[in-house]
Parts: sequence; structure tokens; C-alpha cells
Amino acid sequence: MEATLVSIIAAAAPLIYAAVGEAITERAGIVNLSLDGSILLSAMAGFAVAFTTGSVGLGFLVAAVVSSLVALIVAWSGIGLRLNQVAVGFVLTLLGAALSAYLGEAFAHQPGPSVPSTPIPFLSDIPIFGRALFGQNLSVYGSLILVVVAAWFLARSRIGLQLRAVGERPEAAHARGIDVNRHRYVAAVVGGALVGVAGAAFSLDQKLGWSDGHTAGYGWIALAIVIFGGWQPIRVAIGCYLFGALQVVALRLQDDLPGLAQILPSLPFPLMIFALVVVNSAGLRRLLSRSPRVSRWLLPEPPAGLGRNFVPE
Amino acid sequence: MTLTVSEVTKKFGSLVANDEISLELPAGTLHSILGENGAGKSTLMKILSGIVSPDSGSVMLDGFPIPLGSPQQALAAGIGMLHQEPLVCLPFTAAENFRLGSRRSVAASSAELVETGSRFGFKLDPAAITRSLSIGERQQLEIVRLLAAGIKVLILDEPTSGITVNQRRELFAALHRLAGEGLTVLFVSHKLEEVNELCTSVTVLRRGRVVGTSALPRREEDLVEMMFEQGSLIPGRAPPSEDGPIVAELSAVSAGDERTGIAGADLVVKAGEVIGLAGLEGSGQGSLLRALAGTAAIHRGRVTIGGRDVTHRPAQRAAEAGISFLPGGRLEEGLLPGLTITEHIELAGNTARFVDWEAARRRAAEAIAAFRIKGSPDSAADQLSGGNQQRLLLALLPAKLKLLLMEHPTRGLDLDSAAYVWGRLLERRKDGTSIIFSSADIDELLTYSDRILVLFEGRIIARLAARDTDAEEVGTLIGGRVSA
Amino acid sequence: MNRSIGSRIAGVLAPIIVALAATIGLLLLADAPPLEALKLIGEGAFSGSTRFSDTLMAWAPVAIAGAGLVVTFAAGLWNIGVEGQIVAGAIAASLAARTVGGDTPIVLTVTIAAGVVGGALWGGAAGVLKVRGRVNEIFGGIGLGFVAQAFATYLIIGPWKRAGVASTSGTEPFRPETWLPTAFETRLAPIAIVLAVAALIGVGLVMRGTRFGLRLRAVGSNPASARLLGVPADATTMRAFLVGGGLAGLAGAVIVTGVQHKLVPAIAGGRGFLAVLVVLLAGNLVRWVGPIALFFAAISVGSSQLQLRLDLDSSLGAVIQGLLVLAAVLFGGWFARRQTLVRRI
Repeated sequence: MEATLVSIIAAAAPLIYAAVGEAITERAGIVNLSLDGSILLSAMAGFAVAFTTGSVGLGFLVAAVVSSLVALIVAWSGIGLRLNQVAVGFVLTLLGAALSAYLGEAFAHQPGPSVPSTPIPFLSDIPIFGRALFGQNLSVYGSLILVVVAAWFLARSRIGLQLRAVGERPEAAHARGIDVNRHRYVAAVVGGALVGVAGAAFSLDQKLGWSDGHTAGYGWIALAIVIFGGWQPIRVAIGCYLFGALQVVALRLQDDLPGLAQILPSLPFPLMIFALVVVNSAGLRRLLSRSPRVSRWLLPEPPAGLGRNFVPE
Repeated sequence: MTLTVSEVTKKFGSLVANDEISLELPAGTLHSILGENGAGKSTLMKILSGIVSPDSGSVMLDGFPIPLGSPQQALAAGIGMLHQEPLVCLPFTAAENFRLGSRRSVAASSAELVETGSRFGFKLDPAAITRSLSIGERQQLEIVRLLAAGIKVLILDEPTSGITVNQRRELFAALHRLAGEGLTVLFVSHKLEEVNELCTSVTVLRRGRVVGTSALPRREEDLVEMMFEQGSLIPGRAPPSEDGPIVAELSAVSAGDERTGIAGADLVVKAGEVIGLAGLEGSGQGSLLRALAGTAAIHRGRVTIGGRDVTHRPAQRAAEAGISFLPGGRLEEGLLPGLTITEHIELAGNTARFVDWEAARRRAAEAIAAFRIKGSPDSAADQLSGGNQQRLLLALLPAKLKLLLMEHPTRGLDLDSAAYVWGRLLERRKDGTSIIFSSADIDELLTYSDRILVLFEGRIIARLAARDTDAEEVGTLIGGRVSA
Repeated sequence: MNRSIGSRIAGVLAPIIVALAATIGLLLLADAPPLEALKLIGEGAFSGSTRFSDTLMAWAPVAIAGAGLVVTFAAGLWNIGVEGQIVAGAIAASLAARTVGGDTPIVLTVTIAAGVVGGALWGGAAGVLKVRGRVNEIFGGIGLGFVAQAFATYLIIGPWKRAGVASTSGTEPFRPETWLPTAFETRLAPIAIVLAVAALIGVGLVMRGTRFGLRLRAVGSNPASARLLGVPADATTMRAFLVGGGLAGLAGAVIVTGVQHKLVPAIAGGRGFLAVLVVLLAGNLVRWVGPIALFFAAISVGSSQLQLRLDLDSSLGAVIQGLLVLAAVLFGGWFARRQTLVRRI
């Protein structure tokens, strides 16, 4: 039980960075669909830098910069060029994957540095959840802190409120003197940086090393979890832990079902997407529409201005 | 604080929205800007509040020029605007909307919202989700926010179009009080009685120009004369139609969503009849029309068309039964952006498996001529002006129709286009087509309807014969007051 | 919108130059001689009948899937699930190839038809999710793609494994009767080319001259308005998914019968995604899908030479393709933006 909890919290950490980062970006009205390619690229870059310099921290930093640049292209295409953010994001998904394969070839299948384990004394000895919460490493702690900080930031802080307004009703924000597009750029870059941290958290911690297509699929899962989690960091984190749990279960089952060992690790991906499908299904919506309170909690609406480019008159 | 507007000009392409407009308003003035749709009122207000930058001209407060083109700087200088549709974020709490754009803390926002609100008799719950507030309450929220920001000039753009009579009374009382405290109030409206009731002076705009100023109150006929070029252009009432066979019937129908739906609606539509739907925005007019059109979910009751039960038939069945619907959002719900006039005509008027583009272009050219659309067969629908989009929608209507449903058929049209549209519509009555339309314009309802239904909060609260009622009665009912 | 010839040429040349410059930079980064590498790509794709036939065989599935994507894109549907639909088509074709007996004409017809049905099923599933479940087609498509991919892997290591060994390298090759006949002593299968050309022409005719094509664009423009104009929007959406999926399935069947002759895990190998890039670059105009798909197929085939000759990763081809489309999309937006600014002034 304890060991399972430890693995779930750890396995979900990279996804949390990506999904919470994307949630922040989408809350401000920008869709960064490039996640799957962006994570691959930053995972490769983070690993390559850490491998070359020996510095894990530098690896994380470069990974964050790489993915925030990708996010910047998406934001600029929408804000500056008024293009469809989904189209540009998709092209960047593929380009990111291709670039990571090409540039990362020299680093593929190499043993490299990793985030060292740093259990917190005493706290990690608490039974049941002590090791899960306090017996991990900085990357995992960071994911836990991020959830709390992001939830507070979006719900309570002044800038968080402005970001939400910019994504919900840009006209209202504009009329109050808030620079809509500057906020959107910032949200895209910050969210992108977190996506990059996710990449490094894979290649330098949870899925050590690099090979072609190393983290493929996780970006799509993160995007799905953002919807599943209703653009709220805490619910997004719950989605990530659910996925982490599915992965841990699939891994455990490998010994019992040797015939399926090859495909078990990939099963959580369709399962997660179809969890989203069920949540979004018209039937469930109709069922829940009778109780507005429950339905508001279970079936949140996306930010009203999501993906809509804002042009001041 | 004297507000001075000097020679403000703004062009959109070839359209001159504001043509060297000048105004001077001393502190504490309750001033109205009056004008027909498209006279340039909204543009002027948007310029004053920094949302639109003018091509030339200046705005000064007490002799100090205000930087134009930035809402932030207009607000900092003391000019605030209440928009027709209050610019608030619906999923936010009232306190969050109040706080947005200011530097207050969470706790201070709630306290200040309640405190400032109560000074003007507005009871606002800071924790309420804005979506659950009425339009009137959202306005109050916005006014309180602007006052808390320390504005000296308050602009209100058509503030009474979506609120109840009570809320209007509260609003006017608050505005009187604010003016007494030295606030300059600019009240934009096309409702003459309100202007006379509230304001002390008026500026009338026509085609982007100032055509007159006056002290108030004044006879409405005089104001109308200033607003319109040759007095009132409203044509005489159409003759009421004979009792014909029943075209459509609603029995105890509930349809649409929680907020704007209808409940328990009964209606019998006779052939050749014109029924006007009156009510505040979102009182159920849209859902009633959509229930008949077949595009709204029907929860309860029965819809019969031509004697057949079509309660659960989708839109295209309704089209086969001879029903057409012209929605209010022309580009959003009625036309296909990016597709040409020819393609629209072909989609609407033909069902052959293969398309003969030569013939389609010919028919498009004919429709363009017949409906006086400014455009070519290859013009995309989204490149047409609002009036021409409405004409295109008319051109797309099938030749034979039993029932025509329309939402705000002339909203945003100039008078000429509106008269043309109604001329074409009333022609159809000769073939027995019944018309049901909604409008925010009481004159339009009185002029063209045989019967007027007044809706309030999703229910039909009055059925009036148009020739036996007047604007005052309809206006009172719209606010939800049923006369004894 | 009267774009001058100069800006039109700039709109085509600018992205090519930028993508080329970026590619040269990437080659220099890998210490590779850029000109030689680019020359190798060209030679790898076109020199000699063997290579040219390989390029054409790489072209056919991409062109077929691209033709299908034109249909879904016209209806406003981001059918990213095309990759999974190719896999589904390939699985269905493999099932037919394994079970149906008889001579080449019969077996091949059944196998290819099975591929179309498999792809259409998968496309239809995305359509049902979209129309009935209000699930965005991007997520529905990606999810179904995961399922198809997992199922293919399961078949290869499970029920369809090679005698004795369970290996992810693929099933036993199918009977030669299920192979598309080749010509000119190369790997070129004329039937694949004919199918691709037919798909492109067919979609072109549908889009240009039929009510279905017009309805697709109406739904893509605005489903609510389309309904009012008498277009059955949901049914049109479903048909778009069925046609798009069916053509993707045909592409899968062509890969199985004309290229692999067995089922391998990476049976789609990114061809569906590549087709999305092609269609994006073509601006959803079917007449450009064929040529651009040929260009991209040439880059894919040619870049595999880099691995052999310069020890460069063959993914450089995908990098070039991605760069080209990204540059084209961004420049397209930039030129359009500049035009509106100029007009406003």
C-alpha cells in the first residue's frame, strides 16, 4: 500500500507539471496543443544538457526554456498573426517530435544523471503517506507545491484573477485597462516553461534517459486531463494521480498476464481518454443537468474565450 | 469637472461613424445622447471610454486633455462606461468582478462592494456567482465598481433594455443622486420617454453628426423630428388578417434552457396572422421561436404544425413542413461565413445530388437583383453589411411558406432597409404565410403585428390585439407588471 | 483581396527559404555537409527506378489519406485520428489477408475492401463520439488511435504471433496472393498508384460538383446555419468521418498489401500525421494534395539515405517537413496580416 502510494505520487509528477502548466495557459485563453511534441523536445534537451554538463538543474532550466519558446510560437501565431492556434500547435507537435529524434540521436540509450532522492527527515517516517509525500526528490516535491501554489494563484491572486478574466471575457478585461494580449503571452510562456519542466522530470527522473519517442503520448494525456480537471489545478492533479494509479496497476499486472505484458503499459492512455469521453458524454450531461450544483462541479465549462483571438477595436 | 468633446471624427472604411462631434457638459449634468440605430452614439461612447481611438479630435476634462484609445487611461482620468451588455465575467463571483482591474485585496473587495452598493440602494451579495445575477444586478455591480474607481463621468449605453421596471426606478434614483454629488452622467438611449424622465439636456445625432441640442423635457414629436430626416417614417398599421385555418399550435410547451426558456406556453397560430413577441431580452421569445423552428429541445408539451405532431422532429422536418426561421445572430446562426451568395442560394433552393454552378450563379444574380443586395454572386456572406445579410436571409426563404419565424428582423438595420424588409415580409401574407417575430422595438411590434404576446420570465403574461393597445401598456407589461 | 504576383511568389518562396536555412543549420549542427546531405535526399528519392518506385509507394498512402482528410477538414473536423484509422484499416486488411482463400483478384479485392471498412469503422467511431457524445474529435481520434495501436501490438505478439516467437517485429508475411502485383521489376505496385489517383480525383469531383461537397463546407462554416438551410448537419458530419476514415483505411490496406506484406506495430508509421501536414500546406485544396504529398514522400524516402551514407538520423526528413509547414503557416498568417494592415492605412 505504502509503496503503491509512493509510486503513484512519483509517477504523476511530470504529468502534473505539464497539465497544470497547460491549465494556466488555457485559463488565459490560449490553447497550446503542441504538448506532446513540446515534452519530447524538452525531455531530450534536458537530458542532453544534464548529460553533457553533469548538472541536473541546468537540464531542467534548458528544458523549461525550450518549451516556453514553443509556447511562445503558438501564442504569437494566435495573437500576432491571428492564426488558428490548434493548427499551429499540431504542426509544432509533429515538429517537436521530429526535432527531438534528430537532435537527440547522440544521447539515445545512454545512462545519464538523475534527480537525487532527498527524503525529508522525520516527516518521511510518518506511516502510510510519509514516504509518499516526504520521501521523494525535489522534482516530486515541486509537483506537489505547484498544485497548491497554482490553485491559490488562479483562485485568489490579483494576477490570477486577471488571467482568468482574459481567458473568460477579454472584452471585460480590456475595458478595465488590463492588457489582454500581454497577459496571454505571459500565461503561454509560464505554462510552456512548466511543460518543459515536465519533459525534464521525465528524462531526468521518472523515465530516466532518452530514446526516440521517449515520452510520446503523455502530452495528449496531459491535454485530456486539463479538460477532465476542469481547468482547476487541484482537480487536474487528481486526474494525474488517477492516471499514475492506472500506470502502476498496469505495471503490476505485467507479471500476472505475461501474454499482455507488451501492451499493458500503453493501456492507461486510451483508458484515460475514454474517462474524459464519459465525463463529456451527452448522456451524463443530461443526467446531471437536473442538479445544477453537482453538474457545475463535475462538468465545468471551458474558459469562454478559449482559442478565440482577441482584437481590440 | 467639465467634459469637453472637440471635433471628434471616426471613420470605419467609407462609413463616417462620427463626423466632427463636439459637446460641452458641466459637472453634475444629466445629459442624453439620442439617435436612431447607426447614428453614431455607440462609437462616440466607445471613443470617450477609450475602447475605440478616434481619427481626429480631442476630449478634455476641466481643460486637461485625456489620452484617447486606452480604456485604462480613460478610467484613470475619471471616465467610466456601463456597457449595454455589462462587461462582467459570468463564472466569477460578484466580488471578483468588482476586484478585477483594481489593486484591492480579496477581503477589501467584498467589504467595499457591499458598502458602496448600499450607499445607492443596491443590495449585492459579494459571493454570488455573476451568472446567477439578473442583467439589472450586473449593471448595478458595474456601476458600483466604476464609482469605487473614482469616476467623474459615467456613460450608460442603453442601460434600460434588459432590466425590470423596479430596477429602472432604482437606477434612475441612483443616477439623480450621483448627479447631485457632481457626477456627470451621459445617458445613451433611443427611448424618448426615458430621456425626458431622467435627463436635463440632450444632444441628437444623425448619421454621425450633431443635429441639435436642447434642454429637457421636450415634446417627443420635436425629438423625433430631430432624430429622423422627414419626421416619423413609420408606415400605417397593416390591416388585421381574416380568421384562417390553424397553421401551428403549441400546447403547454416547455422548451429551452433554465434561464431563457419558456414554460407552459399555449399558442394557436392562424394562417396569414402576424404575431409580435414582446419582452425583456431573454424572457423566452427566442425559445418560443426555436421551439416552433425545431432547434430547441422541448421538455414538455406538444408542438403541432399543419395538424401533425412535430414535437420531436428536428429542424429539417420543420423546413419540409413549410417553416423557416431567421435568427437574430445573422452570421452566427443564419449564414455561412466564407461561403458565397451563390453557394447559399444553391444550398437553400435545391436538392439535386449534383450542382449545376452555371444555373446556381444565374439564380444568385436574380436574387441579388430582386432583393437589392449589394454584392455579387461571388461575395462571401461575411463580407456583406448587416442590412445586406438580412436581405440575403430573406432571399434564401423558400417561395412557399406556412410559417415564418424571425428574431429581431430589423435590428441594426437603417430605416430604409427596415422598411424594405417589412414590405417584403408583408407581401407573403397574401399567400397565407403566418409570421411570428420578436422585437425590442415596441413601435415595430405595434405597427406590424395583429396580435402581441408579452413574455416575462418564460411565461406568456399577456395577449393583446395590436389595435387595442398602445406603447405604454406594452411597455408596462414588458417589465412584468400585469395590469389588474 | 487582390494579392500581387510578387507577394504570391514571396508567400511560396519565403517559407521554403526559411525551412531550407533552418535545415542547413541543423545539418551543420550535426557536422554534416549540408549540400551533400540535400543532394542525397534528392538522389535517394528519385535516382533510379528502384528509388523512384519506393517514393511512389510512399506517396500513395499519404495521398489517399490526405484525400480523405480534405473531406473531414472541409466539414471543419480536425480528424487527427487519421493515424489510428490507417492502423484500423491495416488490421482489417490483415484479417482478410489471413483468412480469405482464393486467387489474387478475389483475395486482393476482399482485403482492400476490408481495409476500407476497418478505417470507416474507426472514423465512424470518432464521428459517433463527436455527434452523440460531444467529444472533441481531436481527443476522440487520439484515444481511438491509442486503442488501434494497442490492438495491433496485441495481435502481433498474441494471436497472430509468428510460429514459436512472440516478437514486435511483426507477423509472418501474408500469402503472396495478397500482395499487390508489382511492375518493371521494382517494388512499384501500379494498383496502389491507380487507387491514389482515383481517390484524389474522386474527392476533387465530390468537393467541386456535388451537393455533399457543398454541404460539407456548409457544416464546416457554421453547423447551426447549415441546419437552418436544410443541411442535415449531424449526418453530414458522420458521412465526413466515414469517408475520411474509409480512405485512411484504404491507405492502411495499401500499406499492408503493397509495402509491408505483413502487419507490423508501426504500420501507420506517422503517415496519417504526415497527411495532415500535407493537407494543411495544401490549404485543404485537393489539387495540391497530390504534388505536396509527392514532395513529402520524396523527403521521407530520400532522408533514409542519410542514415546509410552520412550516419545522420533519418528523422531529419520529418524535421524538414515540419519546418516547411510551420514556416508556410506562419508566413501565410504574416502576409495576410500585413495585407489587412496595409488596407486599413
